[in-house]
Amino acid sequence: MGRRHVSRQDATLPFRGDVEIRLRADASSRAPALVFFSTALVWLLFGSIEGTLASLKLHMPDLLTSAGWLTFGRVRTAHLNAVNYGWASLASIGVALWIIPRLVHTELRWPRVATAGAVVWNVGLVIGIALILAGRNDGLEWLEMDRYLADPFLVVGGGMAGVTLLATLLARQSGHLYVTVWYTIAAFLWFPVIFVIGNWPTWTGVESAAVNWFYAHNALGLWFTPMGVGAAYYFIPKVLGRPVYSYQLSILGFWTLAFFYALNGMHHLIGGPVPTWMITTSIVASVLMVIPVLAVAVNHHMTMVGRFGALRYSPTLRFVVLGAISYTAVSLQGSFTALREVNRVTHFTHWTVAHAHVGVYAFVTMVLFGSMYYIVPRLVRREWPSARLIQWHFWLVLAGIALYIIPLTLAGGFQGLAMLDPAVPFQRSIEVTRWALVSRSAAGVLLTTGHAIFAYHFWLMVRRRGPTREVPPFHEPVPVVYERPEGQA
Amino acid sequence: MSRTWLLLLGAAATVGFAAIVLVGIPRIMLVRIEAPPQLAPYTDLEARGRAVYIANGCVYCHSQQIRDPAFTTDVELGWGSRATVPADYVYDRPHLLGTMRTGPDLINVGERLPSASWHLIHLYNPRALVSWSIMPSFRYLFEEREPGDVRPGDVVVSVQPPYAPPGKVVVATPDAQALVAYLLSLRRTYPVPAADTGAARGMSRMP
Repeated sequence: MGRRHVSRQDATLPFRGDVEIRLRADASSRAPALVFFSTALVWLLFGSIEGTLASLKLHMPDLLTSAGWLTFGRVRTAHLNAVNYGWASLASIGVALWIIPRLVHTELRWPRVATAGAVVWNVGLVIGIALILAGRNDGLEWLEMDRYLADPFLVVGGGMAGVTLLATLLARQSGHLYVTVWYTIAAFLWFPVIFVIGNWPTWTGVESAAVNWFYAHNALGLWFTPMGVGAAYYFIPKVLGRPVYSYQLSILGFWTLAFFYALNGMHHLIGGPVPTWMITTSIVASVLMVIPVLAVAVNHHMTMVGRFGALRYSPTLRFVVLGAISYTAVSLQGSFTALREVNRVTHFTHWTVAHAHVGVYAFVTMVLFGSMYYIVPRLVRREWPSARLIQWHFWLVLAGIALYIIPLTLAGGFQGLAMLDPAVPFQRSIEVTRWALVSRSAAGVLLTTGHAIFAYHFWLMVRRRGPTREVPPFHEPVPVVYERPEGQA
Repeated sequence: MSRTWLLLLGAAATVGFAAIVLVGIPRIMLVRIEAPPQLAPYTDLEARGRAVYIANGCVYCHSQQIRDPAFTTDVELGWGSRATVPADYVYDRPHLLGTMRTGPDLINVGERLPSASWHLIHLYNPRALVSWSIMPSFRYLFEEREPGDVRPGDVVVSVQPPYAPPGKVVVATPDAQALVAYLLSLRRTYPVPAADTGAARGMSRMP
């Protein structure tokens, strides 16, 4: 297929046919994106319930102990796999399938292959999580799903979505590749590489630990992060209708992230029995992450500056900006935590659990919620029926994640200090966290409720239930009663 | 950027470089580690217990590593006599180093708590022995039988009231027995292997 080269300046200007191209692109990704989104939401609800149950068990240890599939170690693992490989991965792929055709000005190629990819990925997840609950897992954090019976489905299913995106990219009608395209396409290349290395069955001893954390950190750094940052790079300028602040900063941010993030994993083993040079390499790379993070943060902030009022009218912008701010926060916290003097306190504590939720929830999940608020109306060609449900969703998940992160981070610090003091009995390190474990369960209830509201709203949307709106929520014209000042004729 | 091949090649290069540094080079260095003579491979029963440990997610609350005394107080806390080294883990596949200490480190639990009956009661209900524990009860690894149903050879667990099931006898399943055998096998009390390999040398000291 011939490719029409458009100069960069032309591509950024609205030109004749622009609207038609967008409509054709949206229509082409409709079916696969909706399948990815709806199954992602099912996993989000399941994962939220499993997560809340796991949280309750840490302060109510005799709750539901009659069967193996209800024990903390399996419920917690089902939660992690459901929210990461179910919710966050499937929703990210759905966003990618919609965004890439939009950005390269053409239809999604082979959309049925992508839809079939969603089915294949979900089959793998059902098998993997059922086996975890039944007591069969690979024993490696983030890689628990069975490497022979479940994981191949994820590689093939993700590959099917990736191939449609690559075919779309090669058939592109735009000359320039926008920054979101770099992040998204790179993530589709990186994920299978790290996932196969992580699952390779021959690693033994401390080598197994090194490969484990090479994978697990890159699952965040080279899969969720580029998907989330890429989406934020798309939606912030899109909603505001102004270009990204700096092209040079986006180039710098992308390549430094690609180079430094991939080397971060060993900071999960600081002080552990692996060669010191490996750990030092990862600490240096973790600190260098400040460069891509600040490049992205400055770029996003300078794009937003002067337009923060728009947060009131766009749920997309509200969720995405919150996610982008969290990305900066979680990354700087990560660089800080990788320092040896900090890590000797925070390692092995709930600080890390809270940190992981700043990353996958406050950053990635918030960006995904915001993306879906923008994309789904363009797939089903109607506006979200209820402004109130959007408000409830936003405030519940914001309150929930704040109640999760702040107490658990503090308690993790107290726990670490208690564990470092040989004069203090181990019991103390549990007592200082109990209040935060309880508040985390309350947070789990708030988050799960918020997710149920969002899933219900999504269901209303795709089933075409609820009121039909002429304008997006928060954009209704409000009659203004003008009262003439006293004494004027 | 406007070239697809540049993007794909560049992305492949960065992840490839990291894989060489953090996976490839350590592979070459670490395969030469020899097993310490005092460290026995897992018996079939211990290996089964290790599988039970993995199946039930013990690793999410218990680490199996002692960090350097110059860096932390792991040794002073009584969790081990020395920092653990790569040779201590040659039979571990997968590794179970862990990232959480919601509960205590277990790499020397067989040395610290050598009683099988203690572990069986503790697994059945940790609060029967440790009042402040938040560890789950692993009741499902035990059978609660009528006193008349106990057969010769059954491992009866002497749980005391109020933690014992009323009128029943607690019998350990083979999985519970295997798990305890594995826990008792966890001890790294021998000195740091003298025939240390190049990879292990100087690995855990603070620079």
